[in-house]
Amino acid sequence: MMDKPTLAEIITAAREFLENKAMPELTGRTAFHARVAANALAIAEREITIGPAAAEAEHARLTLLLNRHGTLEELNAALCARISSGDMDLDTPGLAEHLRLTTIDKVRIDQPNYSGLKTALAREDRGAAV
Amino acid sequence: MAGLDFEPALAAALTRHVQGITSVGKLTRLSGGASQETFAFDAHTASGTLPLILRRAPGGSRDGGSGQGTALATEARAITAARACGVKAPEVVYVLTPQDGVGDGYVMERVEGETLARKILRDKEFDAVRPKLAYQCGQAMAQIHQADASQVPELRLVTGPQQLAEYYERYRAYDLPKPVFEMAFAWLKPRIKEPKRTVMVHGDFRHGNIMISPKTGLAAVLDWEIVHRGDPLEDLSWICINAWRFGVTGKVVGGFGDVPEMLAGYRDAGGDAYTVEDVRTWEVMGSLKWGIMCMGMYEVFRTGYDRSVERAAIGRRSSENEIDLVNLLIG
Repeated sequence: MMDKPTLAEIITAAREFLENKAMPELTGRTAFHARVAANALAIAEREITIGPAAAEAEHARLTLLLNRHGTLEELNAALCARISSGDMDLDTPGLAEHLRLTTIDKVRIDQPNYSGLKTALAREDRGAAV
Repeated sequence: MAGLDFEPALAAALTRHVQGITSVGKLTRLSGGASQETFAFDAHTASGTLPLILRRAPGGSRDGGSGQGTALATEARAITAARACGVKAPEVVYVLTPQDGVGDGYVMERVEGETLARKILRDKEFDAVRPKLAYQCGQAMAQIHQADASQVPELRLVTGPQQLAEYYERYRAYDLPKPVFEMAFAWLKPRIKEPKRTVMVHGDFRHGNIMISPKTGLAAVLDWEIVHRGDPLEDLSWICINAWRFGVTGKVVGGFGDVPEMLAGYRDAGGDAYTVEDVRTWEVMGSLKWGIMCMGMYEVFRTGYDRSVERAAIGRRSSENEIDLVNLLIG
């Protein structure tokens, strides 16, 4: 069931209200919090757009890496247990790449302007060119 | 204004105990958090006005130095011990006693300078001093690490391995498995060693807590809230984590300098010799710690203690540290 406006459109409308209408009329701490709220809604918009494909890719990599089935939560918990026990480390084939791709997707949703994301993407480009 | 009703008690304490002060005024709240409140005010003497700062426990309560923080009287003694070694930090003028009726806290001089990273890293007026800052920070840390910790016997000793174990416990308690953090813990475990020397560590030496003058550079080291005893590398590395570079990724030390410059300043001021590699290992520790602190912000939100959108949003900044760790560990 899908009604219009979509979830993404509703959140965009709320964010644009905060940015274009509310923030200019606010001052001090409240203005600051309105900006933080607008940024939080922007995270939600990006997660709606990018999130499903990112989660699907993460799930596929984890299934292959761990050679078992489960929910994303279960597989991540299982991966953590194997890293913690020393059973898997950065030399485990595919693991470093999985961590890199998964984290890049997370930051693309959470903080796309963060400098560390640019560093990671620049290295990926360089790696791809080699 | 509500909350400033302790001004007469503060005035009475200072005129009684600090020679030369005849009255106080212009008490203004600057900031307040769960751990401390900061106020600016002026004290008047026969020869002029002294700009001062009061730091006290929230609401004027008795402060036991709970959690990560240090009791305010301890903080004041640590600043005095650091200043005796040449550290530029605000002079402590008076430490409050229970008889003063103001709560736990202390009064220190109010120094002028800039603490906002964006200005320090980008404004033209700091162009001249910016290249000196890494060296000056190294010098200041060497001086802090020379402080006589026996003057402040109650400072808690936290070594690297101990800190790693404590953060792992916190991370596990949040019950939110993060493979990158798990990998960082596993990577650090054999690499974070017992300290070669145990010293007084500032614990939060970074932008926001260092005051910069456009004329002279490092003007004061502030916010000694989590001062403790530990490994010198904890201070040397904390200012290097990518979060404190504010986008100037290529300049590892606070976005203004390079690690060898900082280490040269550290050595020239009498500190031990450390390598870029030593700092980098501890940089992993720093990014991991900041990431887990971000998880803690979410925990404060989730449990309902603080439902602000700010707390919630900081929880999502945990992934900034995950990408920094990926860049450090995987490259």
